[in-house]
Amino acid sequence: MTAPATHGAATERRGLALPSSIDGTLVTLVLGAAILWFAPAGMGRYGTYVLSLWLVMSIAVMGLNLTLGYAGLKSLAQAAFMGLGAYATALLTSKLGLNWYAAFAISGLLTFAVGLVLGFPALRVQAHYLAFVTLAFSTLIWLILRNEQWLTGGVFGLSNIPRPSFLSVKLDGALEFHRFVVVVTFILAAALWWMIRSPWGRAFMALRENPVRAASLGVDTRMYTLLAFAIGSAYAGFAGALYAPLVEFIDPSPFSLSQSFFLLLMVVAGGSGYLLGPFIGALLGVVLPEWLRVVGSLYLIVFATIVMLLLIACPQGVSGLIERGWAKLTGKAGGR
Amino acid sequence: MAEFIAYLIAGIATGAIYALAAIGFTLVWQTSQTINFAQGEFVMLPAVLVLLAIKLFGAPIWLGALIGIAAFILIFGAGFKLAVVDPMIKHGVLPLAIATMALSIIMKEGAKDAFSAEAQNFPSFVPTQTISVFGASISLQHLAIIIVAFAVIGLLQWFVGGTRLGRQMQATAQNPTVARILGIPVERMVLLTFVINAALAVVASALISPIYLAKFSNGEVIGLFAFIAAIVGGFNQVRGALVGGLVVGIVDSMAAAYISTSYRLAVPLVLLVVIILLKPEGLMGRKEERRV
Amino acid sequence: MGQVLEVSNIHKAFGGIKAVNGVSFAVQEGEILGIIGPNGCGKSTLFNCILGQLEPSEGSVKLDGRDVTGMRPSDLNRLGVSRTFQLLQVFPELSVRENLILAGQEHEGTMLSRFFGRRDAGLSEKADTMIGFFKLGHLVDAKAGGLSYGQQKLLDAAMAFMAGPRLVLLDEPAGGVNLTMLGDLKERLRAINAEQGATFVVIEHNMDFVMSLCTRVVVLAEGKVLAEGTPAEVRANPQVVEAYLGH
Repeated sequence: MTAPATHGAATERRGLALPSSIDGTLVTLVLGAAILWFAPAGMGRYGTYVLSLWLVMSIAVMGLNLTLGYAGLKSLAQAAFMGLGAYATALLTSKLGLNWYAAFAISGLLTFAVGLVLGFPALRVQAHYLAFVTLAFSTLIWLILRNEQWLTGGVFGLSNIPRPSFLSVKLDGALEFHRFVVVVTFILAAALWWMIRSPWGRAFMALRENPVRAASLGVDTRMYTLLAFAIGSAYAGFAGALYAPLVEFIDPSPFSLSQSFFLLLMVVAGGSGYLLGPFIGALLGVVLPEWLRVVGSLYLIVFATIVMLLLIACPQGVSGLIERGWAKLTGKAGGR
Repeated sequence: MAEFIAYLIAGIATGAIYALAAIGFTLVWQTSQTINFAQGEFVMLPAVLVLLAIKLFGAPIWLGALIGIAAFILIFGAGFKLAVVDPMIKHGVLPLAIATMALSIIMKEGAKDAFSAEAQNFPSFVPTQTISVFGASISLQHLAIIIVAFAVIGLLQWFVGGTRLGRQMQATAQNPTVARILGIPVERMVLLTFVINAALAVVASALISPIYLAKFSNGEVIGLFAFIAAIVGGFNQVRGALVGGLVVGIVDSMAAAYISTSYRLAVPLVLLVVIILLKPEGLMGRKEERRV
Repeated sequence: MGQVLEVSNIHKAFGGIKAVNGVSFAVQEGEILGIIGPNGCGKSTLFNCILGQLEPSEGSVKLDGRDVTGMRPSDLNRLGVSRTFQLLQVFPELSVRENLILAGQEHEGTMLSRFFGRRDAGLSEKADTMIGFFKLGHLVDAKAGGLSYGQQKLLDAAMAFMAGPRLVLLDEPAGGVNLTMLGDLKERLRAINAEQGATFVVIEHNMDFVMSLCTRVVVLAEGKVLAEGTPAEVRANPQVVEAYLGH
C-alpha cells in the first residue's frame, strides 16, 4: 500500500504495558520455580507431597485453561484424560518396565490423539457438543477403569508405581521427586506461555470471542479448535504421568466425572484466560483442603459456593480480582 | 418373549422418567440458553428433601412431601432463575454453564452431608407387586410410572398448545426477541419454564426414588441420561426429549438384560456418539442453519 | 479487465421462506459494485451464500472461473476474498493492533512458523500503517472494545483489507457511522480501489453513499435481481423507483 505510513510511525508506542505484563508472567514462573525448589525445607514428607500434588494438578488445570479459558471450549473430561495418562504411565513403567520419560511422552501423545478423535465429530456440529461428547467419554473411561480388572486392577487400582530417575540420580525421596516435578511443571508452563503469546494464542482468543469473524479472516477455526482441545487434553495426560509416580498408587476415583467438573471450577476460580490462574485455582482446590482438614467434606461445598459468587461478581476469578486491585492501587484503568 | 416384554415395560418406565428430566432441560435451554449440568441433581434432591423434612420435623409423610416439594420448587425453580441465572447470563453462556456445575457439586455434597451418604428407602405409593400379562410378569410400579409420567407430559402438552399462557411460553422459547415485540412478558415466561422444570423434576424424583432409592449420587446417572435423551431426540424439541427419553430408557433396559450389567451405562453413550456422528440434529430435530 | 466473481442462479430457502430466489450477477476486476434493495430482500443471505457461511440450496459461485460454492469461509479468505459483517465484528478484548495482526497472520507462513516464529508474525508495521491509513493511528494500543462505534466500524473495514485481498464484500459499511467518518471511509475505500486495484461489492442502505461510491449497481427485490446498471441508469429506472427509491 502506498498510503502514507506517517501515522503508524508517529504513533507513540504505549505498548509497554502489554510486553511488561507478559514478561512479568515469565519472571513469576522463574521465581516461583526457584522458590518451590527450596520451599519444602522443613515441611516434612507430607508437606512436600502436598506441594508436589499442587503442581501436578496445576498442569491439568493449565491444559483445561487453554481449552476453556483461551479457546472457550467446554471439556468435561479433563480428569478422564488425566486418568488415561496416569494409567498408561503406571502400566508402562510397572508392568512393562518402560522408562518413565518414554511413558510420559506416550501419555501425552495418547491423550493428544484421543482429543483429536473426540473433538473432530463433536466440533463438526457445534462447539457445545464437545461438552456432551466429553461427558460421555468421561463416563466410558471411568467404566473401563473400574471394570477391566485384568488391566486396571478395577476398584483396587494399581500399586507399586516406580518413580523415575534423572541421569543416574534416583528420585525416590519426597524432596528429590518434588524438585523433579518443579522442573517438569516449569517446562510445561513455559511452553504454554510461549504458545499463548505466539500467533496461535491470538487465534485461540479470536475463537473464544467470535469464531465466525475469525473464520472470515482466514483463521482455520476447525484446526485451531481441535488443536486447543487436543493440546489441553495432552496436558492432562502429562499431569497424569506425573501423578501416578507421585502417589505411587492409583484407583479410578480421582478420574471421575465430578473430578472433571471440579477441575473446571479450579480454572474459573483461578481466573480463566490467565496463564498463572491455574496455579491459584489448584491452590484453592487442592492445597487448601489438605491444610483445612477440619472442614472435611464441607470444603467442597464452600469451594463451589465461592466459585459461584466469583462468577457473579468477577468472572475473571482471583486473577481478575488481583488485577482489579492492582489497577486501583496504581490508578490505571483495569480490565483484562 | 415374555421376558422381552417385561424389559420393554421397564425400559419405557425409566425412559419416561428420563423424558421428564430431558423436557425440563430442553425448556430451560430454549428460553434462557442455560445448559443445566445440575439437572440430575434436580431430580435427586426432591426425594432427599422430603425424607429430610420427615426426619427433622417428625412430620407425617404427606406433610413432609408437601414441605419438601414446596421448598424445592421455590428454591430450585424460581430461586435458581433469579439468584443464579439472572446475574450470570450477562457474562455469557459459558460462565452460566460452569455455575450449574458448581451448583451440582453443592447439591450433591449438601445432600450427602445434611442427609446421608447411604441410599435410603423412599415410600412407594403403589404396591411392589407384579401382575401377569400374556405370560409376562410386569411390575405395578412400572405401570404406575408410565401412567403418571405420560399424564404429566400430556398435561404439559395441553398447557403449551391449548392455553394462552402456554402458547406465550412456547413463543418465548422459540424466539424471545419476536415474543418481546409481540408484547409477551418474556421475563415472566422464562421464570415459568424454570418453575415447570422444577415441577417436572419433582415428579421424576417421586417416580424414580421408590425404585432406585434416595441417594446423593443418583443425579450423576439421571443427569447423564437426560442429556443423552435431549440430544438423541433433538436438542430443541419437547417432543424430541420425549422420544429421546424413551429410546434411552429402552436401550438401557435391553443393554442391562442382554449385553452386560457392568457396561449397561456404556450403551446409551455409544448411542449418543452414533447420533452425533450420523444425525447431529437428533431423531426428531430439524437441521439448524448456521447463522451469522 | 477480467471477471473476478460470477454468481449464478443462487437460491436459498429457510424452511418455506425463499430468502434468495435465483440471483445471478458478475463482478469485473477493479469495479465497485453496489447491491441495494429494501429490507428483507435477501442481500445479507446472498452474501452469506457467496462466502460459505451458508450453503446455497441451488446455484454456484465462481472465483476467477473456479467453482468455490460452499467452500469454508477461512479457505475462501485465504484465496483473497475478504468481508465485513452487517453487525460490528471486532475482537473487543484484543488491542486495535492485535485485531489487525490477527486479520493478517493466517496469510503468512505455516502453522509451524506461526508457532515458533515472531509473536506479531512480522505484521506490526503493516498493522500500524493500515491503522494510520484509516486515521485511527492514535488508538493502536487501545482495546478494540473501548472504541466508539464509528471507530470500530473503521477498524472492521481495516481488518478486511489487512491481508491485501483482491475482492472485498462489505455489508453495510456506512451503517451507524457519522457524516465526518463516512467521508473518511468513502475516501479510503476509493484510495484502496485505485491504488491496489481491489474489487468491491458493497451492500448499503445509504443511497448517497452507494450512488457516489459505486461504478455499477444491482437492485434486489424479493430475492431476485430487479435491475442492474450505472447509478444514473438505476436511478432513472421506474421499477426501481417504485420498489425502493420511492419510499
